[in-house]
Amino acid sequence: MSDTDKFDENGEPTRRDFIYIATAATAAVGAGAFAWPLVTQMSAAADTRAAGSIEIDLSKISEGQQLKVLWRGKPVFVRFRTQAEIDAADAVDVASLRDPQTDDDRFVPNTSGVIDKRLLVMVGVCTHFGCIPVGEQGKIDAQGKFGGWYCPCHGSHYDTSGRIRQGPAPLNLPIPEYTYISDTVIKVG
Amino acid sequence: MSGHSTYEPKYAAERWLDKRLPIVRFGVDFMGFPSPRNLNYWYAFGGILTLCLMAQIITGIILAMHYTPDVDLAFDSVQRIRRDVPFGWLLQPMHAVGASMFFLAVYIHMFRGMFYGSYKNPRELLWIIGCLIYLVMMATGFLGYTLPWGQMSFWGATVITGFFGAIPVVGESLQQWLLGGYSIGNPTLQRFFSLHYLLPFIICALVGLHVWAVHHVGQNNPIGIEPKSKSDTLPFHPFYTMKDAFAIAVFLLIFALFVFYLPDALGHADNYQRANPMVTPPHIVPEWYFLPFYAILRAVPDKLMGIMLMFGAIAVLFVLPWLDTAKVRSMRFRPITRWFFIIFLVMGFILGWCGANSPDDIAIPIGEHGMSFKWVSRIATLYYFAYFFPILPIMGWIEKTKPLPDSITKAVLSGDA
Repeated sequence: MSDTDKFDENGEPTRRDFIYIATAATAAVGAGAFAWPLVTQMSAAADTRAAGSIEIDLSKISEGQQLKVLWRGKPVFVRFRTQAEIDAADAVDVASLRDPQTDDDRFVPNTSGVIDKRLLVMVGVCTHFGCIPVGEQGKIDAQGKFGGWYCPCHGSHYDTSGRIRQGPAPLNLPIPEYTYISDTVIKVG
Repeated sequence: MSGHSTYEPKYAAERWLDKRLPIVRFGVDFMGFPSPRNLNYWYAFGGILTLCLMAQIITGIILAMHYTPDVDLAFDSVQRIRRDVPFGWLLQPMHAVGASMFFLAVYIHMFRGMFYGSYKNPRELLWIIGCLIYLVMMATGFLGYTLPWGQMSFWGATVITGFFGAIPVVGESLQQWLLGGYSIGNPTLQRFFSLHYLLPFIICALVGLHVWAVHHVGQNNPIGIEPKSKSDTLPFHPFYTMKDAFAIAVFLLIFALFVFYLPDALGHADNYQRANPMVTPPHIVPEWYFLPFYAILRAVPDKLMGIMLMFGAIAVLFVLPWLDTAKVRSMRFRPITRWFFIIFLVMGFILGWCGANSPDDIAIPIGEHGMSFKWVSRIATLYYFAYFFPILPIMGWIEKTKPLPDSITKAVLSGDA
């Protein structure tokens, strides 16, 4: 290269400036392209994601019982609620809730398009720090102040609809994505 | 390094080596580094911590030869180490108890630095590197506690990784990325093992910087004035190597007491139950060294707020050199602030006590209903932060400090050091 390439008397970018910028830009893109697999390898692998859905047979549960099924490494609670529990959930003033949701909003219609409020399906993971709330049959009154579930880790109370009522948890127990694939079987995930 | 080299090679072989690689010279100058002559036993914890780090790395490398990071095998492999591997009964508790001893020593080391003002000009960076070491230690301790795959391992990890889920917008994806799945599982255990093996070497590198910095700025001392003449200092070796050796021997006695007689006293019985994602233990508690921060986390009813306060409690340490506005370093000459510091220390213990208990249980039976641990931890948390701001900045301006001695030598000779 001749000396005239090194600068431009008008202060305009020279060829050399262009080469510097082009080199730096290529190196940056290359570093990014190399970093991406290093970072992304930590995401859920294909087999983990593939194991993401299960079927649950609801006919096995009778009134007042709760089924716990492992889904994506977390328990799903299927609760066959008593009439008293349903009434208690309906009686709540929705406006007073931290995460306002009516009891009906927490259900998915079955194959005939009807909501069966007896069968409550939720992810049994406290929305605070991911502990499993307690509240299996017969323990309800002893554990939760609102007749539902109680998280022993940091003291969150959930009502009979799984809605947060007291304690540090910010949200209701989540309702997983699920559909009725027959009258008695649901597919979660 | 301070001062010029005093090493003189005596033999031809030493001279030959010194000309090509002055490694002996480096070691001699390094160990002979001038240290204030009035260092007390609180200053022995640097040496003790070096020993702890070495012990953890050696026992850890050995344990990794027998441990299997797999959700189905991890729990059994740790039990096998304790029962079947030759001397596994010794090496596994040495590593587990060693972690507690490491934290015990690091807390004393940090409180010593806070009491004698060792974080002040020109030692700000020395202090900050120390805080970084503490942070990486906490990460290492947490990752290591997950590996035995007991109930506390699993649920502790669930709670801690749950922090990331609280971050607005990106929280859930970030959490899934960290765990490698929808919840804590095999991918999580394997990456935790990998990182638990890596981080101690990061600590080694940071310790290198920490030691380099202390050699550059010199050690602080109990009266907090800089050495002015040669008579104010002693070479580190043999004076402080001997003093540290005695302190290490005493420390090892306590270490041995736990390893041989109380190997499980510092752990939690629930961790002898295999991890079960369907059942949460009735009472999740972290290891004792995290209890104060756990209490801060639970002191506020809001999840994100709690996490921010907990991380804030560590972050505030990094800016301590600029929050303490006092010119005088040592609390010995700060008659009022000294008491604020002692209350700070007591509050730290109170937070630990709160962290070990259920937030809604009654801590102090006063008044009609008594005071719950939640409220005690709220008061202690408030004081924890108040100590850093506004107590320290204000005391720096208004406190009338006691007169400082002219020199370390004078203070030593008059018995004030």
